[in-house]
Amino acid sequence: MKINLKNNEVAVRENRLGSITAYNGSIKDFAEKSGCAGCGDKKRCFSQSSMCNNMCAIGQLFSIYDAAIVQHGPSGCAAIAMGAFMNDLLVKAVGKKPKEHSAYTCTDMQESDTVFGAIENLKDVIVETYNRYKPKAIFVAASCVSGVIGEDMESVIDDLKDIVPVPIAPVHCEGFKTQIWASGFDAAFHAVLKYIVKPAQKKTNKVNVINFAGGTSWNSRADVTRLLAVMGVEPTFLLSTSTIEELEHLSEAVATVSTCGTLSSYLGNGLEQEFGVPFIRSLQPHGIKGYEDWALKLAKELGKEEEVKAYLAEERRIYLPQIEEFTKKLKGKRAMIAMGPSYSQNYARILQEFGMVVEHVTSWHMDDLYDDGTVPHALQYQMDNAENDYTFSVNDLQNYEFVNILKKLNPDVFITRHPAGMIVWSMKLGIPAYNVRDEYTSFGYVGTLRFAKALYYTVTNKSFTDNLAKHVKLPYNEWWYHQPADAFFVD
Amino acid sequence: MTKILDEPRYVCALGALQTVEAIYKAIPVVHAGPGCTAKVSIGGRSGYLGTQTVPCTNVGETEVVFGGEEKLHDVIENSLKVMDGDIFIVLSGCTTEIVGDDIDNVVGTFKDSEKPVLSVPTAGFKGTNIEGHEWVVDAIIDQYLSKRYFGEKIKGLVNIWGPVPSYDPHWVGNFRELENLIRELGLTPNCIFGEYRGIDNINLVPRAKYNLLVAPWVGLGNVKNLKEKFGTPYLHYPTLPIGAHETSLFLRTVGKEFNVDSNLVEELITRKEKEYYYYIERSCSFFFENRASSKMFSTVASADYALSLSRFFVNDMGLVPSKQYITEGVPEEHYDRIRQYFKEFNYEIEAEVVFSNDGYQIHQQIENDDYAGTPLILGSIYEKKLASKLNGTFLCVSTPYAERVVIHSSYVGYHGGLKLLEDLYTSVFQKFN
Repeated sequence: MKINLKNNEVAVRENRLGSITAYNGSIKDFAEKSGCAGCGDKKRCFSQSSMCNNMCAIGQLFSIYDAAIVQHGPSGCAAIAMGAFMNDLLVKAVGKKPKEHSAYTCTDMQESDTVFGAIENLKDVIVETYNRYKPKAIFVAASCVSGVIGEDMESVIDDLKDIVPVPIAPVHCEGFKTQIWASGFDAAFHAVLKYIVKPAQKKTNKVNVINFAGGTSWNSRADVTRLLAVMGVEPTFLLSTSTIEELEHLSEAVATVSTCGTLSSYLGNGLEQEFGVPFIRSLQPHGIKGYEDWALKLAKELGKEEEVKAYLAEERRIYLPQIEEFTKKLKGKRAMIAMGPSYSQNYARILQEFGMVVEHVTSWHMDDLYDDGTVPHALQYQMDNAENDYTFSVNDLQNYEFVNILKKLNPDVFITRHPAGMIVWSMKLGIPAYNVRDEYTSFGYVGTLRFAKALYYTVTNKSFTDNLAKHVKLPYNEWWYHQPADAFFVD
Repeated sequence: MTKILDEPRYVCALGALQTVEAIYKAIPVVHAGPGCTAKVSIGGRSGYLGTQTVPCTNVGETEVVFGGEEKLHDVIENSLKVMDGDIFIVLSGCTTEIVGDDIDNVVGTFKDSEKPVLSVPTAGFKGTNIEGHEWVVDAIIDQYLSKRYFGEKIKGLVNIWGPVPSYDPHWVGNFRELENLIRELGLTPNCIFGEYRGIDNINLVPRAKYNLLVAPWVGLGNVKNLKEKFGTPYLHYPTLPIGAHETSLFLRTVGKEFNVDSNLVEELITRKEKEYYYYIERSCSFFFENRASSKMFSTVASADYALSLSRFFVNDMGLVPSKQYITEGVPEEHYDRIRQYFKEFNYEIEAEVVFSNDGYQIHQQIENDDYAGTPLILGSIYEKKLASKLNGTFLCVSTPYAERVVIHSSYVGYHGGLKLLEDLYTSVFQKFN
């Protein structure tokens, strides 16, 4: 059993899900070798800055409306706290009032702490954080330093249980333990499942929607809510802007769905295994096939297939002709994708629906099997259905690798999804690019239409890209572009 | 006493990688965990480098257990092949320093490489990004500039130091305007940070006649180091000159110290002040005829902005300072000197200085103080809600400054003062006035 809430920490994805961060081949090759397990993982003798699990773990937990974060580490580890303003905007976007303070503190570890340990100061900071902000729960985040010097994070729970009257949840997200930042999602959800979620007292009409930003762009939240209303249920958007009370009752939901397979594996499967909440296993709701599969599988679980089919038929009547109008203009355009493992495979499918030619897919990592032992649906779909044997690579944000591939392929458009400026490297090369910044970009028929238009306009007016490319240079030596992208892989 | 960092306004020493990135075609090579670069890139934008093009060893369990020297060696060696850079600077993080990697030894094996390779220990637990900035500059002086002869001194050449790249929201523009002011005095500015300033500018550093440090404390070690190594005298001018009063004082002080003809200086000041007051005269009415202007202000900012803005609002605009909060973890050795700077305003006005990195306590103090009406709060994004709660006027001037996009602008100089007033009164005019 991959999920065991009795353990203090969850194993990282490399060990638990057989995940990899290095591969260079093609989708058919990947399929023939039986995915990650057959291909195996590689290391690199040259690498560029990636991301860590702590960022993903705390990114999730920090967005809970009434929890506090205590980062046990040096000041730099708490840099995520500087994003509080963004959280406030999200909170406002869903109609709540931002907190006066962000309730994110740090033990600010110094050199002497690395020698003598700092558990006593950690306890003081937890108590002070509680006294200042009266949060409904406190998540205590580990760091590389706390991990390397062997701080006993669990000891604070017992020591403070009579002083701090809310759950204190250690989060084991020491950055050096994994090359896969998504392991941080699991660390966060392990803390939520172990310390926050309570056994169900009753069943509600709620569906847990595991997502990132709660569908606040283009009012996608309303699109989700409208679809669920057809099935007589209501969404609880997780974790951003949710409350600890909502999290306590996740066990009472009738089902769990998600926008992202990578994000949701641990929480979705954990809720099913430990609390019996059915986890809907489908394509993610992006593009036409993904949306329909997602909606109908949920409908089947809830016994509302006829109602949902009728609803989808009406939406199809409105949107499909409009989508068709734009996809016929996109037909034959060559594209490269670089995104997380779930989104990259979902977006490959969308481009295929548009009649575009997927030339290459880069995934930031790949999971072999999710926590329930299933192959990721969107990947399976590509292994079974991809029309052309496109080249496929796995790298953990290794910019030099995908720029190498991008320059050689020179596609009509580059489509990426990551919050740290991935798109500009393509534009600097003169290749127009689109950043799928919001997870609901292609949600449902309405989102698919929106995305088709955005792509069409991206390839239609290339002025900015042309201008930029004329004036800037990428930070690589010409030599590099003549090497194979996997030149620095080592066994 | 509880050591608590609440609402952090700086990052750890590894944040100095932004100082390296500010030097055109300087390549940081980070020997740290996979997330460190992304986290400390607080002002991160897509320049020549971006967060994800920075070479990094992405230290994992293997390196923690068996050491990361071999990995570091490989990554430096291949960085030299892959990255188009002029100087490579290795920055180490917490884990690699705790497990005891001999980084100097690894970097030493590249001493004969075509491009210089330096190293700076920037473990997060050793200090702040502001201190790390100073360590990077010292490393360039000690490990590169001191190793060979770059030529004779050049008449009138002035090195400019002060703003901390990316940490100062306006750093690029501030350097550019300081360069312009030096140029107006008939001197030749040299700066190693900003618009295409790179290795050629570094190579000029030992050849300068003077070093000019425009900052209250950070960089003082660097100019002393340069004096020791190259015999270059330095002028420490603690205040970023904003607006007419300070900029004129700056020009006079620099002119006198660097032997510029005083007639030229006075002619320049007269011309600039005349221009400046044309715009002030046009705008006076809405500075003072509205319901939302303040009489008293607090800064909650790094020492450079706290001092420079205080001097602008007291000496140029006639406001009165409440407490001034300095938030970037200034080393205690500088406390007394900085406090003294806040006792030298016009009309013997003084301001109380509070050194604190605890946003919660700072906010409590501000709430308890009387500002004789609507307070003006010049702070980081954390003060936005506070200002709103107190019905005050707010301008975001210090890290974190998430709500602002700064591309080109600066508050330095005569024009900078006018730009600051534009930003401030735009904020005032957001309210019923």
